[in-house]
Amino acid sequence: MVLATIFQSGVSIEFYIVLSTILFVIGMIGVMIRRNAIILLMCIELMLNAVNLLMVAFSTYFGQADGQIFVFFIMVVAAAEATVGLSILVMAYRNLRTTDVSIFNKLKG
Amino acid sequence: MNLETIAIILGGLTIGSALMVIISKHPVRSVLYLVLTFFMISANYILMNAQFIAIVNIIVYAGAIMVLFLFVLMLLNLSRENEPKSSIMVKLSAVIAGGTLFTVFIAALKDGVAVAATTATDADSIGLVENLGHLLFTKYVLPFEVSSVLFIAAMVGAVLLAKREKQIIE
Repeated sequence: MVLATIFQSGVSIEFYIVLSTILFVIGMIGVMIRRNAIILLMCIELMLNAVNLLMVAFSTYFGQADGQIFVFFIMVVAAAEATVGLSILVMAYRNLRTTDVSIFNKLKG
Repeated sequence: MNLETIAIILGGLTIGSALMVIISKHPVRSVLYLVLTFFMISANYILMNAQFIAIVNIIVYAGAIMVLFLFVLMLLNLSRENEPKSSIMVKLSAVIAGGTLFTVFIAALKDGVAVAATTATDADSIGLVENLGHLLFTKYVLPFEVSSVLFIAAMVGAVLLAKREKQIIE
């Protein structure tokens, strides 16, 4: 017998709530403890993926496809954000020769 | 080995590789662990019958965005020696703040789902590209078109920023 979804075969939705919360918190801790701006952008991607995971889990749980469409749009926004963020970083590195986030203190003028 | 065991093992691997992203000192190693994390998340998507999102996740995230990150890391030639370090107090307070946020999230979400799981027999086909493509071009056609404007704006912004400043002034 083929089971329809994973949630009808014993895995609870709480498992995915906890999993994606842990992933989100790991991303947030990474933003706070790392000072390399590229790693910071990567941790933001990790947080976005944690939200995507929960959205797909609820989409499957309720049997509605709308959640997966929103995951698609989050990926679009993440790709745009990564390109612009990385090009800003490359330009900051060209002028200041570092990717330490404390360089942005200099924006105060 | 039932599906629940597989889900728990996969979740543990996902969390482990995500932890390695923020623990490993070398930036290139962090990027590679993040690629591994994205593959694990894709495996979770396949487990939840979201095949289209799983493939798109591998192509867009692990294929495009992470390669972009790797290119920038290689371009800037960062190494373990000039990696900026934060003090132990900052790390400790970050872990405490993260643990507090985790507790708050779990307390808020743990019994928030009052609706039972769907019992529809066609629930395993909602993640297929046919169904999602149909929805994308009927109900969500306006956000789909607007996202192309966003992409053009991001592309123009990236090209403009990547040019040298003298060229912009001239």
